[in-house]
Amino acid sequence: MPVAGLTDGAVEIAPGVHWVGALDPHLRSFDIILKTANGTSYNSYVVRGETGVAVIDTVKESFADTFFTRLESVARYDEITTIVLNHLEPDHSGALPELLKRAPQAKVYLSSRAQMMLKALLKPTGEKPPEYIPVTTDDQVDLGGRTLRFLHTPYLHWPDTQCTYLVEDGILFSGDIFGCHFCDARLFNDRVGDFRFSFEYYYAHIMRPFREHVLDAVALIEPLELSTLCPAHGPILRKQPRDYLHRYRELATPRLFNEAHSEKTLVVFYISAYGNTRRMAEALAAGAERIDGVRVSLYDLEGGEDGIFTDLIEEADGLAFGSPTINADAVKPVWDVLSSLTTVNVKGKLGAAFGSYGWSGEAVRLIEDRLRGLKLRVPVEGLRIKLVPDAGELDACRDLGEQLARHLTGRLETRVIDMAELA
Amino acid sequence: MPKAKVTFQDIGVAVTVPAGTRLIEVSEKVGAGITYGCREGECCTCLTKVIEGGENLAPPSVLEDQVLKDNMAPRGHRLACQAQILGGEIVVKPA
Repeated sequence: MPVAGLTDGAVEIAPGVHWVGALDPHLRSFDIILKTANGTSYNSYVVRGETGVAVIDTVKESFADTFFTRLESVARYDEITTIVLNHLEPDHSGALPELLKRAPQAKVYLSSRAQMMLKALLKPTGEKPPEYIPVTTDDQVDLGGRTLRFLHTPYLHWPDTQCTYLVEDGILFSGDIFGCHFCDARLFNDRVGDFRFSFEYYYAHIMRPFREHVLDAVALIEPLELSTLCPAHGPILRKQPRDYLHRYRELATPRLFNEAHSEKTLVVFYISAYGNTRRMAEALAAGAERIDGVRVSLYDLEGGEDGIFTDLIEEADGLAFGSPTINADAVKPVWDVLSSLTTVNVKGKLGAAFGSYGWSGEAVRLIEDRLRGLKLRVPVEGLRIKLVPDAGELDACRDLGEQLARHLTGRLETRVIDMAELA
Repeated sequence: MPKAKVTFQDIGVAVTVPAGTRLIEVSEKVGAGITYGCREGECCTCLTKVIEGGENLAPPSVLEDQVLKDNMAPRGHRLACQAQILGGEIVVKPA
């Protein structure tokens, strides 16, 4: 939807509550990783009380002029008592340095984790940071007859994120959650075009890695009276806002029904040119199954798609990757999977690598390094076997599987080693 | 050189290390579940629970202390990228 139809003024959401954001209809990719087929919006809001005016978030720096024009249509700078920063990413804080110059008397309210970001953001201006107050759940600001109450909702999708609730009106300024990259001058969810895909796509690419934190936030928000959800991107959700809350709960709940919920799960992925790495994978899986309480799955990477594997990886407790070495590297399907995991949380999962090789066998170490880079724990050294595994080497694969299963089930006897033995 | 023993409880590995080693140097080598971000004591990604032997780690620097406070770290937690092992026995796990 083109920007046409929207004036340069603020848009009323409720009496004394206005949208003063900016539309960016021509943006086609966001943060490199997201496609934005019809652009996005940077939503900023103004709340007027009897004794104070609050500005909640700003816009991307290149849209600052539009933001200030809209802001000036509903408030004078000397009236602004409060600036709330729900999230300090530059698309929401870009106009902040200039706003602080124009309203130097305003106190800034932000989460505890946002303090260092604020200092970093203001560093190039050389300005002294403004008076800022770190807040957490249930802290409040009185604007005179109107109360802003904060909710500590970190990791949605940065450590600094928080939500701000306008108590008397039941309006939640949610930051990036419940947002989407969808640009439509009609602004409200009951008037804009079909943004369902954008809402789901945004969750899948921005919020999904933090689903545990999403569920914590949803639990904090669910008890609130809600008239409107005001996210930092995309439509303002004033019609049936609770539907979007429910949808977030659904999206953040594990996707795959887990009939093995009382067991630990180990997924073994492999790819094999001549069947040698496959035989290693089968032996590893058999070894892991010796240990009660571990359910093992075996997948050939040639027979699936990255998206499906991403779902499996998200739910697994442990992951083992088998790859042959071709021209001193692991093969592309392995890297395709291992480069597709930014949308899920793999931190702290158990990881391991194995593979057959002909000449140099670099793949296993390279995969281990990648797994560590993804913040998996890789406590058991991977297994490299030259060409065809013999009976003894297949036993070693079974032992590796058993060790991984013992790690998963906490049935390990503490090993004592000297640091000098470690490479 | 005096030795110390650090146990990484999450992976069941105890490592004897020379005094002066930082936790980061050994935890990465053994594949413990402590994860790292900036590695410079700023981001708090490597927050680690010290289960036993906290007194066997060098006290936190002013920077580490501030980062722990900023991130509301509970008592008995340290940044693995900063904490230096002095001696004795220490048991840790990811926070």
